[in-house]
Amino acid sequence: MFGYYLKLALQNLRRNVWVTVLMILAISAGIGASMTTLALYQAMSGDPISNKSHQLFVVQVDNWGPDNQAGEQNEDHLKEYLSYIDASALMKARAAKHQTLIYTTYLKARSSPGEKPVGAAVPAVYSDFFAMLDAPFKYGRAWSSADDQAGAPVIVLSRKLNDKLFAGANSVGKTLDIGDVPYRVVGVLNDWPLVPRFYDLHVAPFGNVDEMFIPFNRAIEAQAPTVSGTSCKDPRRPGWQALLNSECVWVQLWAEVPATDIAAFRHFVNNYATDQQRAGRFHWPAHTQVRDVMQWLKYRHAVPGQLGILLLASFGFLFVCLMNAMGLMLAKTIGHTQDISVRRALGASRRAIALQSLIETSVVGVVGAGIGLLITILGVSAIRVVLADRYAALAYLDARVVVIEVICAMVATVVAGLYPTWRAAWIEPALQLKVE
Amino acid sequence: MDSSQPIRRAIYRKKFGAVLIAVQIAITLAILSNAITLIAERLTWSSQSTGIDEANIFFAFAENVDVHPELGAELATDLANLRAVPGVVDAYATNAFPLQGGGWSMSVGLVPSQKDGRPQTSYYFGDEHALHTLGLKLIAGRNFSSSEIVDRDANTFPQANGFIVTRALADKLFPRGDGLGKSIYVESDTVSAPIIGIVDRLQGPFVDASGYFGSFVENSILSPFRLLDEYSTFAVRTAPGKLNEVMKAVEKTLGSINGARIITVQSMTEVRKTAYRSDRGLAAILAVVTVTLVAVTSFGMFGLTSYWVAQRRRQIGIRRALGATRRAILRQFQRENLVIAALGAAAGIALSVALNLWLVQHFEMIRIDAVNVAGAAVALILLGQIAVYWPARHAASISPVVALRGAQFRESKR
Repeated sequence: MFGYYLKLALQNLRRNVWVTVLMILAISAGIGASMTTLALYQAMSGDPISNKSHQLFVVQVDNWGPDNQAGEQNEDHLKEYLSYIDASALMKARAAKHQTLIYTTYLKARSSPGEKPVGAAVPAVYSDFFAMLDAPFKYGRAWSSADDQAGAPVIVLSRKLNDKLFAGANSVGKTLDIGDVPYRVVGVLNDWPLVPRFYDLHVAPFGNVDEMFIPFNRAIEAQAPTVSGTSCKDPRRPGWQALLNSECVWVQLWAEVPATDIAAFRHFVNNYATDQQRAGRFHWPAHTQVRDVMQWLKYRHAVPGQLGILLLASFGFLFVCLMNAMGLMLAKTIGHTQDISVRRALGASRRAIALQSLIETSVVGVVGAGIGLLITILGVSAIRVVLADRYAALAYLDARVVVIEVICAMVATVVAGLYPTWRAAWIEPALQLKVE
Repeated sequence: MDSSQPIRRAIYRKKFGAVLIAVQIAITLAILSNAITLIAERLTWSSQSTGIDEANIFFAFAENVDVHPELGAELATDLANLRAVPGVVDAYATNAFPLQGGGWSMSVGLVPSQKDGRPQTSYYFGDEHALHTLGLKLIAGRNFSSSEIVDRDANTFPQANGFIVTRALADKLFPRGDGLGKSIYVESDTVSAPIIGIVDRLQGPFVDASGYFGSFVENSILSPFRLLDEYSTFAVRTAPGKLNEVMKAVEKTLGSINGARIITVQSMTEVRKTAYRSDRGLAAILAVVTVTLVAVTSFGMFGLTSYWVAQRRRQIGIRRALGATRRAILRQFQRENLVIAALGAAAGIALSVALNLWLVQHFEMIRIDAVNVAGAAVALILLGQIAVYWPARHAASISPVVALRGAQFRESKR
């Protein structure tokens, strides 16, 4: 029976080829456009570390006071970064299971003297960073906490940089020269799809993963300045030590805290600020905030607003396309009123008519979704070209997700076809024969 | 069974189709008008002038490796050699340049230790060659003199011997237009320096359109400093048409001064392209989606009208047989579409405004203007007329003989 219905459906679709083509084009264009932008949106607004994002927290402490309006403003008048004073004091307390300070600097490294060095933005972190963020190691491991304390010249490389400098071989134990200091390679990361790179949103958050990581204290000792901008309440005094002693903000503290301990951790941070007030350093009540990864991304407006508008437009588009297809299907059903009434008069049940109509709709849906999938693939490649490296995030587009979404869109098409199907099923046999 | 049922149903069905089209037009209009607004805003933003002679300017970067000469002497040698390269009109060393993607920003005070109401500004370094190199128009005051230029690094804060500011910043600080000669506090809260010159326009180095950095695009200060750093940035202006060859020559010249350095060059045209790539890219994607949407809506109207024509063949035949002209039939279908499209557009105008208000509230969206909405509405109605023209003409060409042949719901195979 199914084969017969399918044959009928194809026959019907062939009978009005151009309407069928219009329907399929409408559906595939709608699916293609909306899925392409959805893919872009998901790649950019997704959870970069879904299994842990509710356990990773960034700490903000107001060290400038409510009266100070200088520099970039967040809604709650808190700064994106901490001063070195607060960051190192909070770090020293080790209140969380894992924690790291982070700032991004710029360094030039090379594997042998005389070579042209490779310059890159380099996060300066504690060894906990790698465990906290589930960094995947290809060779070696993170440096030790002794290295952390000593500010040892050790380095972790990305797979890409290791390919470039050491031809992809296990380079653990080899050295890289940064300035005049030889850094020992302790680990090489695998490909790491961490998008957006939430730990420093100032440095190409949707680009590729960082190429080098060095110990935080090493970077401080090397007096390597941040590339993400230093905001100061008061004019800065000259010198590196003056920066470390100043209220200028440029360091982040990220901590891994289990859900059960987060209240205690918040309390700890707030207590710290209260203590600073008591000590006379802050002349205002404690004002602190502890945000998890997704809260942080939202707070920092990591996803461009335009992208949301684009997504909305695309889904409006899909809706229009489905309505369009529905109108055409309905018109087709009415066009076939005569056939249907004859079939009904010859004994076809409503159910049979409905089933046949549904199969017709589904054929359109499947073909439309198929072409839509092709358009999506083309669209995503086109976006990669148009937006280039800044959205390297798209390289991590999950094919499975796209397929599931296309199937959903297909179901939507069939749903759009339900009304025409219902109308078809209710065409009366007798009356139509009378008109004939 | 009620014999009027088929007629009622036919009207009902037709009504359903008409509603479908009207709703499609309404949604299409809402998206179209908002998209046009957003795209126009992006394009205006990304094509605004930086104020400098973009076509003839490029930037050269020199980064010290291994060899670390005395920075002040190296910079002086570099500049002297750069200015001597044939085809170079002028050159200077800077800390940042327009659309670089990041740079220095400061807030400006009018009195010592001012806390509130300090406007933000981009903060550029430059010597007496800066204005000429960038091709900036001095609208008041004077240029720096060579004796006023001070060498400094990022961690020292020498006293500035006067500032050159943009008109936008001068007007913001001194709304009465008497800023020239007045003192301002920039890097220091206690030491001020006077505004000695005002230039027409100089865009900042930041490219973030929305949010903080977008809020002071036109506020810039040129301060009489040369930045001493292991990483030097030079701005170079060339004679018209000589950009490419001079870029190569400058790369070579800088390389020959200190062979251990990494030298790179980038034209201002390239800088602009990179800076606005994602702005323009997103606008392009939105444009493609919107154009396709309008096309789909038009084809939908075309398809549905074609069916109505086919469905009403006999009725049209009878009308023709009773004396209706081809023109009258054509008009009937066009008028039908006009009514449906106009109703859809009316709903669409309301929806456009509602959508815009919502977008303004939840995303970084600007207010829609009436011209955009009205223009998009008229365009959609016209498109509807074009879309139904072909099926309407087909209807007009139906022969009166059809009336005699009885019901023909389906078009005969052609």
